[in-house]
Order: sequence, then C-alpha cells, then structure tokens
Amino acid sequence: MTSPVTFTRAGMLRGASIALPLSVGLIPFGLVVGVVAQAKGLNLFETVLMSATVFAGASQLVALESWSDPAPVLGAATAAFVVNLRMALMGPVLAPWLDRLRGWRLWGSLGLLVDHGFALSITEMRSGRNDAGFLMGVGVLLWVMWLLQTIAGHVLGAVARFPPGHPLYFGATAAFITLLVPMWRGRSDLLPWTVAAAVALAVNRALPGTAWHVVVGAVAGALVGVAQKRWKAAGEGAAR
Amino acid sequence: MSWLPDPWTLAAIAAMAVATLACRAGGYLVFRSITPSPLVRDVLAFIPGTLFMAYVAPALANGGPAHWAAAAVTAAAMIGTRSIPLALGAGIGAAWGLSLL
Repeated sequence: MTSPVTFTRAGMLRGASIALPLSVGLIPFGLVVGVVAQAKGLNLFETVLMSATVFAGASQLVALESWSDPAPVLGAATAAFVVNLRMALMGPVLAPWLDRLRGWRLWGSLGLLVDHGFALSITEMRSGRNDAGFLMGVGVLLWVMWLLQTIAGHVLGAVARFPPGHPLYFGATAAFITLLVPMWRGRSDLLPWTVAAAVALAVNRALPGTAWHVVVGAVAGALVGVAQKRWKAAGEGAAR
Repeated sequence: MSWLPDPWTLAAIAAMAVATLACRAGGYLVFRSITPSPLVRDVLAFIPGTLFMAYVAPALANGGPAHWAAAAVTAAAMIGTRSIPLALGAGIGAAWGLSLL
C-alpha cells in the first residue's frame, strides 16, 4: 500500500504549490513580525537576518516583545528554545521520510521544518504519497515568502498601525485550523484532542507569555490517546 | 536608524538561530540514535493532531467570541471544501465581517 520513499523535484514543486495559498493566509503574521521588529529598533538587515536564520514566527514575536538595548542574548535564545521545543516532536514523526535522506536533503528538510510543512507532510504521508521532497518544497516556499512578508512589515512599520484585535491577526489561527481539519482520523481522536486543548489552556493560564502549553498539551493529549487505544485493545481481547 | 548591524543584536539573533536549529534537528537526531519502543511510536502517532490543538485552543480563547465564530466558519469551510485558500478566505472574511458589527 505504501510506496517507497523518494525525493524528487516534482515532489518539491507539489509541496510548494500546496503551500502557496497557505503562505497568503500567513501574510498578516509576517507583517506583524516585521512591524514589531521595526518598532523595537532592528534595522532592515537585522530583521531579514533574524527571519532567514530563525524562520519561526511565534518565537520571533515572543523574543521581540521583550527586546531591549543592548539586545537580550540569553533571553532571546531562551524564548526561541521554549517556543520552538515543539519542533523536537515533529522530526521523529517524520522519521519514515527523514530516515531515507542524507546530506543537504536531510539538513535542508530539518533546517526548514515549520509547523505547516510538518502538518501538510503528515497529511501527505497518511494518504500514501511518499515523496520526501514535498516537505522541503513547502519549507523553501514558506521561507522565501516569510522573508518577503517580514521585509514588507518592516517597511510598513513606520506608516501603518495594526492595533491589537485587528481581524488580520486571525489569519495565523485560521491557517492552523485548516491544517488541523485533514488530520482528523475519526472518533478515537476526540478525547486526545479535547485533552490537548484543555491542558494547553490550563498551562497557558498558569504560565502566560511562554509556550510550554504547546508541548505539554500535545504530549498530554497523545498519552491519553495511547491509553484509550490500549484500553480498547484490552477490552476487545477480553471479549474474545 | 542605522544600517550598520549592532553586535549585541547580531549575537542575540545568532543565539536564537542556534537554539531553534537545536529544536528542529535535535528531536530527530536523538530519536534516530535510539530504538523507539512501541509506546513512543504510539505517542508520536497522536502528536500531530494534539500539537495543533494545543496551539490553537489558547489562541482562540484569547481571541474572544468573534474569533470563535470565525474559527467555526474556517473549520466548516475546510471540512466542506477541503480547500485551504477557500477556507482561509471564508475564515478571515468572517473575522473581518464580525469586527465591523
């Protein structure tokens, strides 16, 4: 049923073409990061450098919120680590593809790994398509668009104002919802997803301004899902 | 505004880049060096969905009723059409429309 893992240009192009509309939905997010960077005194070169090498919007936003002069080296690194710790959970899930890659294909795929590439690749993988170029195609396209968006935000920063609560901010959340829908595998996902949401809300309330809620919520929900699965398997075994 | 990069800013950006790469590559490299137990494998199979739920739930809670309604529109459009651009357009349009009320 599953085909062998490949890495082709066609796969990269397919990933890029699927990611293109998604990157349009992320425009507000990129603009906001650029606007905030400008407001915090980063020049255009520094803003581009951060977007190019960090390439993780939520962590950039969190670090920039507490930016100071001189720049907080330890604080920024800690923010990046905590906000992006969730990415450490993604690589192992993508192992069926990553295990087949070496050299630039592996390091490019890892270095450009973002939420959206992960989500789209999981959906791709579950539908039986196994071209690992897909993941890197999504990554390259989103990276280029991310640079353009943060540059635009930095340039606009001086003239435009996006007050908190502006409907454009909903773009990033909406993008995550569109990624979540195809991940639904059936009723057995209901309990783990509910637990993940509830735990994330509680942790977010207890530790506001951090990103621990993502990692803790994800693992808690997954553990409940596994417990439910084993409970069901044990029940079926006993009935027989 | 100067065009010359500030050394402390460069150091902070470099530190963020290293920390982020450690997250991106670290989880996979550790995983590759061990033989994952069936339990770990089962947990990882649930991670994609629960991870995004853990991401979205607090963002929505902080967004208020207009965002909840717009989120429902986004999800319904995605379930109905399976098209990311259509669902995003409907969701952001709904958020915009509701903010004008």
